[in-house]
Amino acid sequence: MEMIKTTGELLFALLILMGALLSAVSAIGLIRLPDVYLRSHAAAKSATLGVLCVLVGAFLYFAFFQDHISAKLLLGIVFVFMTAPLTAHLTGRAAYRSGVPHWDRRIQDDLKEVLEKEQVIPATSEEEVPQEQR
Amino acid sequence: MIYFILMLSITIMAIAIGVCAWRLVKGPSLPDRVAALDTIGINLLAMVAVLSVFLQTQAFIEIILLIGILSFIGTTAFARYIEKGVVLEHGNDQDYR
Repeated sequence: MEMIKTTGELLFALLILMGALLSAVSAIGLIRLPDVYLRSHAAAKSATLGVLCVLVGAFLYFAFFQDHISAKLLLGIVFVFMTAPLTAHLTGRAAYRSGVPHWDRRIQDDLKEVLEKEQVIPATSEEEVPQEQR
Repeated sequence: MIYFILMLSITIMAIAIGVCAWRLVKGPSLPDRVAALDTIGINLLAMVAVLSVFLQTQAFIEIILLIGILSFIGTTAFARYIEKGVVLEHGNDQDYR
């Protein structure tokens, strides 16, 4: 029983530390990447995995050491797992459709042809936007 | 040992929130700021989880759900404001694509 306690302790501590390090990686990506879309990619994927690791670690702690299977924590895990990529997608879509300029070394844009075919954005709106980012 | 790891995790998350706040202040466009604000909300949720493990209490678990729901609704409203210029509007939503 003692060995199970020690192993569980090490497991949830490692999960929480890994989640914190993934949050730090996400923050580094958020200040280092050159573009709204790349920054949104860093913020969505890495921060979602980090917070899921932290919440699973907290769930294991409450399950092992306080004998309490926390349904609210499970609900929080499912909710974050569903909504965090969704909000990143919404901000990226709003950024694209409001004409935020891309990185100047971007090589491919497949969405632009589709949106021009649907007449959502005018044909040359992107080149008229002044480059105010680096 | 465990307390040291938990304090280290809280410190790392606080530094990450500070970095996201720098992007929130500086960010050149409005979607940058909204993405940084969403990341701040997610990190705050993880900090509350680590704090409830650190204090060995279950009193903060509702706060995790509350922060998650409020952050999602806030980011959705901001995205709708950026894209259309309004958050709530009259009439039907036929022209929202």
